[in-house]
Amino acid sequence: MTLNPFHKLTSKTIVLPQENIDTDQIIPARFLTTTSREGLGASVFYDWRYTETGALRNASPLDGFAPEEFKILVGGANFGCGSSREHAPWALVDFGFRAVISSDIADIFKSNALKNGLLPVVVDRKTHNELLRTSGETVTIDLERQTVSFGDGWNAVFEVEPFARRCLLDGVDSLGALLSHMPDIREFEERVR
Amino acid sequence: MAPQSLFDKLWRRHVVVEETRERPAVLYVDLHLIHEVTSPQAFTVLRERGLSVHRPDLTFATLDHSTPTLPADEQGRLPYATAQAAAQVETLIGNCEEYNIPLLDMGDPRRGIVHVVGPELGLTQPGKTIVCGDSHTSTHGAFGALAFGIGTTEVGHVLATQCVFQRKPKSMRVTFDGVLPKGVSAKDIALAMIAEIGADGGQGHAIEFAGEAVRALSMEGRMTLCNMSIEAGARFGMVAPDDKTFDWVAGRDLAPSGAAWEAALADWRDLPTDEGAEFDREVTINAATLRPMITYGVSPDAAASVDALAPAPETAAERHAADYMKFDADKPFSENLVNRVFIGSCTNSRLSDLRAAAAVMKGRKVKDGVVTLVVPGSEAIKQAAEAENLHAVFLEAGAEWRLPGCSMCIAMNGDKGKPGELVVSTSNRNFIGRQGKGVRTVLASPATAAASAIEGRIADPRAYLK
Ligand code: SF4
Repeated sequence: MTLNPFHKLTSKTIVLPQENIDTDQIIPARFLTTTSREGLGASVFYDWRYTETGALRNASPLDGFAPEEFKILVGGANFGCGSSREHAPWALVDFGFRAVISSDIADIFKSNALKNGLLPVVVDRKTHNELLRTSGETVTIDLERQTVSFGDGWNAVFEVEPFARRCLLDGVDSLGALLSHMPDIREFEERVR
Repeated sequence: MAPQSLFDKLWRRHVVVEETRERPAVLYVDLHLIHEVTSPQAFTVLRERGLSVHRPDLTFATLDHSTPTLPADEQGRLPYATAQAAAQVETLIGNCEEYNIPLLDMGDPRRGIVHVVGPELGLTQPGKTIVCGDSHTSTHGAFGALAFGIGTTEVGHVLATQCVFQRKPKSMRVTFDGVLPKGVSAKDIALAMIAEIGADGGQGHAIEFAGEAVRALSMEGRMTLCNMSIEAGARFGMVAPDDKTFDWVAGRDLAPSGAAWEAALADWRDLPTDEGAEFDREVTINAATLRPMITYGVSPDAAASVDALAPAPETAAERHAADYMKFDADKPFSENLVNRVFIGSCTNSRLSDLRAAAAVMKGRKVKDGVVTLVVPGSEAIKQAAEAENLHAVFLEAGAEWRLPGCSMCIAMNGDKGKPGELVVSTSNRNFIGRQGKGVRTVLASPATAAASAIEGRIADPRAYLK
């Protein structure tokens, strides 16, 4: 299956500085009864954005602008912790994000995000502190060179798991690669079982 | 060969294709547990790509997250929270039929929470790799298994190939020295550990729990501890198997028997960490000084002993949490009135948990107005508890005795608190809104939760121990 390839992204940022933004915040559990991957963007950060009665508060940095211009989410430390629900990256992607930047991103979220064309970018604390101040500014993420740049020439490098990076650059998902190992898998089953 | 840790051994046994710089290892999965919430989209991918389930015989399904804990009405209709929840359950039933996957359907006397039924049926065994689209899969590590949570895309990968791509994480050993004091349980150890290393302290690591206090824990206690690994950021938590483990597994429905059992046993005895094995990180905690723990914030690492004073917030995150929880700084936690108590979840819904809660509640009454839900982790636990009359203890105390499921742990099935309510819960996450919008969650052990139900405020269970 093909994904949208990811090479270089230049976009404005939305900053959510809170630490430990867990996947229950990104998409509350009551929206998990869906059997589809589509349409979850409407419920992203639902309890932050809507009142008890379902009215849009318009108080969150996520509201009141055109999502197509804001594809980079800058989050506080330990972003995406908690539940392994892949609904979280699905919702963020459906909302319009292509990258999440933080000083620290939870393992399962990172892995889930990479599989859905959402690039998790972990930067050093200094860069992170700078980025937390960039709300609405333009940031460039270059996956080929593994750099984040913004402001007056601020440049930082980031690490990405090499296999996931390859998949993103090529716009392919990892199931194809796993399926190509079926002969090895069958051999393992013969040998071990 | 250099000394190996339990984790090294488990890892090596399951590598199909070695990890390289360019690509993670291909790791074989011995048991794939699935449930209704994180599987439907994975089956959709199978269909889109014309793939089948490679090993339905190593796949096992249960219904737990969105299922009601109240009984069916006179027409036999279950009170699902929404039509969508019912549809999700139907979707899993349909998928299991289509792909020949064994399922614990509604009404099956073995059904229950995924991390409760795996061990109960004997499916969870030392030496296995176990995955599930659920982050608390680490629970099964209590048996000396390599068990970890995966996302839905990976659920699809495992369905199609029985493998996952996975890089080997770093290793960490958390050693609990000494003997646990009376009234202090596995849940308290877990919360103390998370408070010590932080909610992201185990990120990128596989944790082995070791030491005198861990060896002394029952299998249920070890499951509680491994269950909470993810709340310290670690996807993998494990305990070396010993005679206690083998006794627990022996004779279960789906455990090996006869000659296969003897062979398995010989193999499992090789699993524990060798003397001198190295870990990337070592943490030691003195178990003898631990007390019953509760959480006071909105992340599981905001934990303190139940008899302490609420700390004054210092950082922005702590202030945000304190605003939400509304605990007065420098005042005893016990001043906070409780609206609701939940005893259940894959962390603390096993028979020993229910016994601990019942020991506190026996002959006492739940404080007026405190809604108390006791939700056994499985039908088998429900039966066993009723055979001991534990349900009568709860009902006489004024608590509700519900049908098995995740219930208020994730609050997807309609069981939830109201905005602003303070809930003392034996589950694993105190995130904002986890138990209902605006609900303030305090995590605690079953005994602490039961004591809090009786007193109607956060309470120390040690007062109830004879
Ligand atoms: S009880 Fe809670 S943590 Fe456990 S499987 Fe259910 S929802 Fe997940």
